[in-house]
Amino acid sequence: MTTKYDKDIATEIILGFEGRPEMLVQILRAFVTRFSYLKEEAIRQISSELNLSRAEVWGVVQFYHDFRTEPPGKIIVKICQAEACQAMGSRELTSHAEKSLGIAMQSNSSDGKHTLEAVYCLGNCACSPAVMINDRVYGRVDSRRFDALLEKADAK
Amino acid sequence: MSNAETTRVFVPRETAALSMGADEVCDAIQDQADKNKCTIELIRNGSRGMSWLEPLVEIQLGDDRVAYGPVRAEDVAGLFQAGFLQGGKHDLALGETEDIPYLKTQQRWTFRRCGIIDPLSIADYKAHGGFAGMLRALEIGTADTLSEVSASGLRGRGGAGFPTGIKWKTVADASAEQKYITCNADEGDSGTFSDRILMESDPFTLLEGMLIAGFTVGANRGYIYLRSEYPLAHSILSKAISIAREEGWLGENIQGSDFSFDIELHLGAGSYVCGEETAMLESLEGKAGLVRYRPPLPALEGLFGKPTVVNNVVTLGSIPDIIRLGGDAYAEYGLNRSKGTLAFQLAGNIKRGGLVELAFGTTLGELIENWGGGTFSGRPIRAVQIGGPLGAYFPASLLDTPLDYEAFVALDGMLGHGGVVVFDDTVDMAAQARFAMEFCAIESCGKCTPCRIGSVRGVEVIDRIIANDNRDVNLELLDELCMTMIDGSLCAMGSLTPYPVRSAIKYFAEDFVSASGAKQ
Repeated sequence: MTTKYDKDIATEIILGFEGRPEMLVQILRAFVTRFSYLKEEAIRQISSELNLSRAEVWGVVQFYHDFRTEPPGKIIVKICQAEACQAMGSRELTSHAEKSLGIAMQSNSSDGKHTLEAVYCLGNCACSPAVMINDRVYGRVDSRRFDALLEKADAK
Repeated sequence: MSNAETTRVFVPRETAALSMGADEVCDAIQDQADKNKCTIELIRNGSRGMSWLEPLVEIQLGDDRVAYGPVRAEDVAGLFQAGFLQGGKHDLALGETEDIPYLKTQQRWTFRRCGIIDPLSIADYKAHGGFAGMLRALEIGTADTLSEVSASGLRGRGGAGFPTGIKWKTVADASAEQKYITCNADEGDSGTFSDRILMESDPFTLLEGMLIAGFTVGANRGYIYLRSEYPLAHSILSKAISIAREEGWLGENIQGSDFSFDIELHLGAGSYVCGEETAMLESLEGKAGLVRYRPPLPALEGLFGKPTVVNNVVTLGSIPDIIRLGGDAYAEYGLNRSKGTLAFQLAGNIKRGGLVELAFGTTLGELIENWGGGTFSGRPIRAVQIGGPLGAYFPASLLDTPLDYEAFVALDGMLGHGGVVVFDDTVDMAAQARFAMEFCAIESCGKCTPCRIGSVRGVEVIDRIIANDNRDVNLELLDELCMTMIDGSLCAMGSLTPYPVRSAIKYFAEDFVSASGAKQ
């Protein structure tokens, strides 16, 4: 869900964690869930309300893959790139996805519709290759199933 | 509506089953039941671990359950026509669930309730022996509880295999006003999903294991560090924690005793290295997951500098029955210094992928053939990676290796968290070796040089070897680089990445010659 940044909602989220600095990773998670990405404004507000330096907050933001600082597409597609999925053709599936969506891995489509990302293991290794579309995991995804799943997601 | 007419139907709510359409199957069953005017009670159980049969639908018939699978939504109308609510014959019928050979031949200890109970029903959990371990611990006291853990011979199931009893004793003996129990649920290794299955199918087992740990070492606070790639496990664990609180199994004065304990659930943020225990502690403190120097050991100076138990999900999940039945009962399983059971996970190019809990000692080949049924593609097995992305690649000629910690170490490999990823003969082992270095470069925390720089150089050197550029010199250089990473890295990320690389070169040397190079 992409939502416009709102200072009051942001404060509410931080207070939900009692403003504890050791909850920084959890607070950043909640921000990404609520606002879909972390704006400069969010970093400023978090650092001031937790009494941390902006550098400290940025350091944490940049360490973790999940903390995006650019708005993602409406549909976030993650394709597992780890070994169990490689053994079942995830490299071929990835090339197919890049061609079919017209974007490279780790990028957004220019119309803001799709984001294509790597993920290293969804824990669905007995039904690989695995793909996650907006937080839902799918197993045994070949090119045909991929196209069908995307068509369904696009139609929503 | 009388109970006699109500048929209990089980449809798993577990990631693998959902990934193959379990929700759609569930809707289709309700829909068909309404159309056919059948009264059913749909129960969303966890998984039995037979992932290749998911969604596995079960029907309660008297005291037994019969299974159908893998069921697709479009199969459901046919199943009703075949009278599956009465156990009717159908192509997808598998007979009584407990008699399916894959399951029947296992030694279920930690995972014995998975797929059987409703994961979020404390009544169901207790009816199957749940919380009896905690009650016994309260009765026998901390010293005897610790003795049971030591007697069981249980070793850390996260990968390192450190004896749990020794770890707990260290924390128990440390004097501090505050101690912590932390559960490492950052199951990032490819080919592993046993933590996930346990958390999704029997979450109270993990909570009970943490309670017993807290009671034994004198901690009143626990943390679960769960990876963000597991949204369903997050939802189930969150609910399990609230239910346990409501029913007096978490919070002040557990079940009227003097013992108080509560658990906080934290989510990771997509970092593999946070599965390393000290990086995990940093992340729990709200920081970047940079690995810490050791010593001090986390058992003495862990979370917020206090004595801390760091245990994996399966380790903690094995504890309740060790206390309920006694450590000796657990130690009866296993081989040599590998006591008890390990939940192996069959993954990758495998016909019957899933979770296989066995006593240590079976061979790798038996596991892959007898349970796994060979490759999914039907082609010959060429390589097997055991123990996640930091584990060695074994060739088919080593399939007779017994599944035991020491046997794998002797072959420069590791059992790790029990993940077994099978590749057929189409695999390019140079690409796999390159990926091991590439993954390390992506996921390195960056604190130590051998890991941070070594992994990047490793990718470059492997590229030159594949391109046949100064091949012999670069192979020697790669070997030196691997030794530097092994000897000089701060944690397992850097020091184990060379294992898949070196094993790939050792056993699959032919893949490291380019087509143009081979002609020369």
